[in-house]
Parts: sequence; structure tokens; C-alpha cells
Amino acid sequence: MTANDIVLEANEITKHFPGVLANDHVSIDLRKGEIHALLGENGAGKTTLMNILYGLYKPDSGQVVLNGKSIVIHSPKDSIEAGIGMVHQHFMLIPAFSVAENIMLGDETTHAGVLDIKAVSQRVRELSHQYGLEVDPDAKVGQLSVGAQQRVEIVKTLYRNANIIILDEPTAVLTPQETEDLFRIMRQLTARGVSIIFITHKLKEVLAVADRITVMRAGRVAGTVKPKETNEPKLASMMVGREVILTVQKQPARPKDEVLRVEDLRVLDDRDLEVIRGVSFDVRSGEIFGIAGVQGNGQTQLAEALTGLRPMKNGKVIMAGKDVSGKPPRPIIETGLAHIPEDRQRHGLVLSYSVADNMVLCNYYLEPFARGGVLQQEKVDENARRLIRDFDVRTPSPYVPTSKLSGGNQQKVIVARELSRPVKLLIASQPTRGLDVGSIEYIHKEIVAMRDRGVGVLLISAELDEIMALSDRIAVMYQGQIMDVVKANEATKESLGLLMAGIKSSETAEAAAPRP
Amino acid sequence: MDWRRFAIIALIIVVMFGTVVLIGTSQNSPLVIITSMMATTIAVATPLTLGALSGIYCERAGVVNIGIEGMMLGAAFFGWLAAIYMNTIFHYPAMPSLIVGVIAAIITGGLFALLHAVLSITFKVDQIIGGTVINILAAGITGFLNRQLFFGAGSVFHGQIPNAPGVLPTIHIPLLADIPTVGRIFEQQPIAISAILLVIITHFVLFRTRWGLRTRAVGEHPRAADTVGINVIRMRYMNVIIGGFLAGLGGAYFTLEAISSFEANMTNGRGFIALAAMIFGNWTPFGAWTAALVFGAAQALQINLQFFRELIPPQLAVLQNSYVVGLAPYLLTMLILTGIIGKTIPPAADGKVYEK
Repeated sequence: MTANDIVLEANEITKHFPGVLANDHVSIDLRKGEIHALLGENGAGKTTLMNILYGLYKPDSGQVVLNGKSIVIHSPKDSIEAGIGMVHQHFMLIPAFSVAENIMLGDETTHAGVLDIKAVSQRVRELSHQYGLEVDPDAKVGQLSVGAQQRVEIVKTLYRNANIIILDEPTAVLTPQETEDLFRIMRQLTARGVSIIFITHKLKEVLAVADRITVMRAGRVAGTVKPKETNEPKLASMMVGREVILTVQKQPARPKDEVLRVEDLRVLDDRDLEVIRGVSFDVRSGEIFGIAGVQGNGQTQLAEALTGLRPMKNGKVIMAGKDVSGKPPRPIIETGLAHIPEDRQRHGLVLSYSVADNMVLCNYYLEPFARGGVLQQEKVDENARRLIRDFDVRTPSPYVPTSKLSGGNQQKVIVARELSRPVKLLIASQPTRGLDVGSIEYIHKEIVAMRDRGVGVLLISAELDEIMALSDRIAVMYQGQIMDVVKANEATKESLGLLMAGIKSSETAEAAAPRP
Repeated sequence: MDWRRFAIIALIIVVMFGTVVLIGTSQNSPLVIITSMMATTIAVATPLTLGALSGIYCERAGVVNIGIEGMMLGAAFFGWLAAIYMNTIFHYPAMPSLIVGVIAAIITGGLFALLHAVLSITFKVDQIIGGTVINILAAGITGFLNRQLFFGAGSVFHGQIPNAPGVLPTIHIPLLADIPTVGRIFEQQPIAISAILLVIITHFVLFRTRWGLRTRAVGEHPRAADTVGINVIRMRYMNVIIGGFLAGLGGAYFTLEAISSFEANMTNGRGFIALAAMIFGNWTPFGAWTAALVFGAAQALQINLQFFRELIPPQLAVLQNSYVVGLAPYLLTMLILTGIIGKTIPPAADGKVYEK
């Protein structure tokens, strides 16, 4: 066995969808025991290629070669038999089932049709031990963390004796710690001879973990490189096809009046546990106030409480001088709030509505969009066409349902709607999660532009790089409390990292006071 | 089952049984009354149990089936028709005629289910509409044929509704049925007994076998099932048809086990109460059976109150009105469905069309 053994090869794969050439003579090869990253923006054709390898799509032309032999994959069943396993971006797990039930599904161990759960659990434990993947076969999947669910998905492929594993955007849903953990697991798998195709659009990650990187752009392979021979800007320009500015360029902030004041806020989560435990801070117009912290430390509930989506147990919220504590969303929005929610599909858009209708969700009932309770469709469409142009939303027309757009363009619809209104405060939760480099660059620019126009921005993000690049002041949340507030230009990754882990240092305390 | 649900059920049953015992105590001992009521409860719960099991197979596989009422009605009619033809036209003895009738009922249920599957799985018609179509179709066909065959000009039976071949005989379960007094509970007819066996079998199939695991998978997350090579469409078809067979057997109860005649719309909403039982039982066989027994007890209450009619004290004169008491099962259904039982969780993909 040499490192150059090619286990899987896609040769000149071409795939058309109505109106789109998703894969245009794409070739890629995978060696035994390597992590081969497939990098590209949303819509570059990565997922199409993988779905062809996994038998979900049929290529128009081209061939798949497994261990030197050309094979035809008609269905996931064929690909499973060929030793290819796939971990989908949206997990293919049944929350109501146990881990063992999920893993054995479709490949059950039975005696005369009766399930042998014990044997399966035993085998899961063995695999779990062998590859260092911690999973409990008896746990209910719905009660596991996202990271644990992903481990279940990986064990599921190993259970089927996969020696090639495709990971589709595996880190999109993970916290930084879980990502580290995943990388450790990936290295352990390759050390045992498993080959991995790692699909992502995150540059740092491919440089950290991949052996080789193939970049895709607009359905074609833009090149295959080794991490040592490249760097972030080079990869980004391969991906996007032009120079990309990865660092956010902004002038020093000129904060003015207070637009948001939060006093001793306490909020309960769905299980009635107090997840915001006495939080106080303020945001001024013309500044970006970042909230850093590992996911699940109350950031979600904080944004929900401030925007009126979740009742508060205690405390005061003053927005633009008005007390909006406990008010429902509409009066809060009318006070001058723009909100980019964390879950864009559930809280940001009505997916089955058209782009045009989604763009007036906050003000459809106001002139000029409605007159005497009747919707003025021309005005709504006019507004949509203008926003689509100004915010560069890639959509075939204003009338397609937003569910048909890519994640990046869905986010642009929300950004267009929220930022085109005269607002005083912007609350942006994970505004770039799951987006590609081009869209991230765009949304960052818009947020800074809002700040420079005198809007106060509350930025909540689990991406520390994003917080550090954009914020003027940074608060770190840990277990429902603000550990500290620091000036962005005085913060280092290390000092914030300590705060995120709940360790408080006294030196940073003085910066907590709001500036005049 | 959580304690709250258990307490509600226990309370309802105690109230119902207690009422009859109090009223009838001057004529019969409480033990005799309770025993007889339990026997009635099990018998009248039969179509509800089978209907609920039918719903469980369909909905666990992700297909909502509100057509159980129609499937049972159609099966009741065609099962009865087959038995009568065998007996009065072809002159077979009663027993083989009844067995052929039961088989015909089961097949009728299966065919209606096939129609539902074609509509809702292949043609992706809204599943509520598909079920409604079946209910209307069954009511129409059975009503029309019933009139034409038995009452119409030149009909085979010249307006004489034949009573033959009777009903399925009671099975004497050895040992259990020999217990003095209480043994009466176990004197049941074959469809009632098979309903109970089918509760146990369904539980086993659903939670202990490969078939059950895959059925639940396509009802919870069909795409996940598809990605591991399970044929979602086939699983849904098969389960809907199995459900149809069970509804068919439930239909046979009406005309081949309870009484030996057919009336238009004789299922009288039992198919819908069965759905309520399924929901109450949280889509589990034993839960649904328990619920079916509660509804059955309400019906037993009605039957027993009519039996003890003269003994009802004047303060409770309202209970002498059979219409008022007849409302009991339906009131109970409404009450239970308003949520006093707490939250139930349907299969996640229940009622959702699967598109690749």
C-alpha cells in the first residue's frame, strides 16, 4: 500500500439541470488514507458531484472508477455496497430513534426478521472504541448534541464497512470545539486507511486538515493544490474568480447616542431553565457591539428576548429611548429595529412565499404597500426589483419562492429587507453562518456601512474571527452571563478564548465601562 | 403511559362502571354487572381496536388515513354480501359462508386502501382528500347496492332481507372461560379475539422487527430511509394496504359478528372514533387498545343503562333517554381530543408526501 493508491476517481463528469450546468467535465481523484477537500462557493457544483458519487443523481456523461474498475452507481444502495458512505449536511437521522436503531436502519441484524439490537449495540461500541468516536448506542438521537449526531452519522458509514467517507459541509453546524474534535476524528480515520472527501467552503479548515484541496467554481474544477503550496487569499480567489478582501476594512467607530440599553435581563429557555442570568449592557449608535461566546451560552435566547420573540422573566430593555420590555415584535420593529435572525429559514423567511413578499414582511401593512387593508402588488414588486438590484440577490425573478434560493441568497433577501428600512438598531445573529466567502464579504461590508450611517449594531456570532473583525466593543457570554466587555482593539484571541471558557481576568475589566 | 393519562382513564372507567353498578345493584350483584359490562366492552371495542391498528400501520408509515370509516363500511357490506350469496344462493353451510364473508371483507378493506395509496402516494393527492373520497365512495356504493340488490325491482331477494347465515359463533377459551362468573369476560367471538391478538402482534412487528423499524423510519424521516437504501414508496404502499386489511376485518365485525344484517352507514362514525383512539394511544398498539376499551366502555354503559332502564331513579331520568346516553362515546371522543390527555406526538413525516 502506497500513499498514491487511488481508490476513487470521477472522470469528466457532466451533469445538467434545467437551465444550469452543475458539473462541467469535472475530474477528481481520491487516494487511500487521504483527506481530500473539495472547496467551492454555494452552487459551485460540489454537492451535485457528491450526489452523483452517492447514487442520488445520474451523470449525463463521465464515469466513476472505484479501485481501478469503472462502476455505475444507480442508487445509494449501490454506493453503500461499493464502500462509499456519506454524511449529509442535514443529518439523515431519525430523532425519535435510538442511536443503534439509526445506525442499523437499512442494514439490520435480524433473526427471522426480529431485530437483534444487542448485537448491533455491541458492534457500535466496538466501532466507537476502535475509531475513537464516542457514541452511546442506547441514547435517543433527538437528545444528542449536533456534534454527537455527527459522530453517529460517521459510525453509521463505518457500520456499513465504508472505506470512503464523504463529509458534506460537516463543520457548518459545529462549534469551534466540535470542529476540532471532528478534525481529530478525521485524522484517526485516515490513519486506519479510510479515505475522506471533505466538502466545505471554509478556507481555514481546509488548510488545517486537508492533504489535497480541489477548488470548484461554477461547475468546473479550478485546480487541485496542496495546503503547503497555497494560502487563504489564493484559495479565496480561486473560489470566487477574483481578488477577495478577507479582512474587513473599516474606519474607527464614532459612537453617539445610546440606542439599546439592557438592564439585568433574565430569560428562561423552553425547559424553563434560566439561560440569561442577569445581563446588562448598552449599544450606541455608530458602533458594532459584538457578543462572543461558544454556542449555547444563551446567545439565541438573548436575541429572541430583545426582538420580542421570547418572554423575559426580569429586566428592562430600552430601545431608542423607549421602554420595550416585554413588548411583542411589531412595536419593537416600529421603534426602529432590524433583525437578522439566527435561523434564517425558520425565523427570517416564509420559505413558501415569493422573494417579493418576503421583502415586505415587516411593513406590508403600511403605505405604500397596503392601502385600506389591500395589498398594492405593484408597489411590492417594485420594491422587490429595486432591492434585488441594490443588494445583488441572485434570483430568476421576484416571484420565485425563497425556498428555491441558495442559502447565501436567502440571507441576502433578509439583509435587503432589514437594512433597506430606516432603522436605529440592527441585531444580527450569526449573520454569515453557512455562507460562502463572497456572500460573507458582502454581508460584512453592509453591516459596517450600517454602522457608518449611524445605526447601532448588536452582532451575535459564534465565529470569533467574525466578532473580532467587525466589532468595536466585544462582550463575552458564558453560561448566560456577560463575563466581560472589552475594546476590540485591545482584545486578543487568547484573552477572549479564556473568557469564553469562563475564566475571568481582572486586567480587562476597566474597558467594560461604556465610552462617552 | 404517564400517570396523568392513566388517572384520567381510570376515573372515566370508574365513573361509568360505578353508575351502572349503583343503578343495577337491586337486581344483580356488582360482580355480575361488572363482568357483563367488561364482556360487552371488549366486544364493542373490537372495530375501534382494529380501526386504530389500521391507522397505526398507515400513519407510522407516514400516510394519514381518515378513510378507515369508509373502509370498514365497505368491508361490512361486501363481507356480508359474500356470506349471503354463499349461503342463500350457492347453498353453502353457515360456517364456510361466514369465513368467505370475513375474507371478502378483508379484501374489500385492502382494495379501498390500495385506492388510498394510489391517490396519496403515487398521485400525491392531499391525504385528507384521499380519505374523504373513500368515505364518500363507500357510503355511496354500499347505500346504492344495498337498495338495488335487496329492495329494487327485480332484485335477487325480492325485498326480503335474508337473515342467514347468522353470526360467527362464540369461542370458548379453555380454562379462562371456565372461571365462575368472571369467565363470562372470555366468552368472545373470533374477530374480537383476533383484535386482541393483533394488538400484541402489531406491537411486536412495529418495535421488534426489521419491517417495523423500516415502517417507522419512512414515517419519521423518509429521506433518511431512502439514503440507506429503503424503498420508501413500497413501504408506504404495503403498510397502507395492511392497514386496509385490518380495517376490513373491523368492518366484518359489524355484519358477521355483531349482528347479521346491513344498514346504510351502520359504522356510524366508529372509524373516526378509532382514529381518536389511535391519537389517544399516541400511535402505539397498546395505547390505542386502551383508548378503544374506554370508548367501548362508554358504549357498554349505554347498552347496560338501557337494560336497567326501569331501575334508573327519577333524579337521573335524563339517563333513561337512550339518545342522551348514546352520545356518551362521541362526547368522550370530543373531550379526549380537546387535549385533556396532554400532548401526543405523531410520526414526524405523517401526512407528508415524499418527493425525491
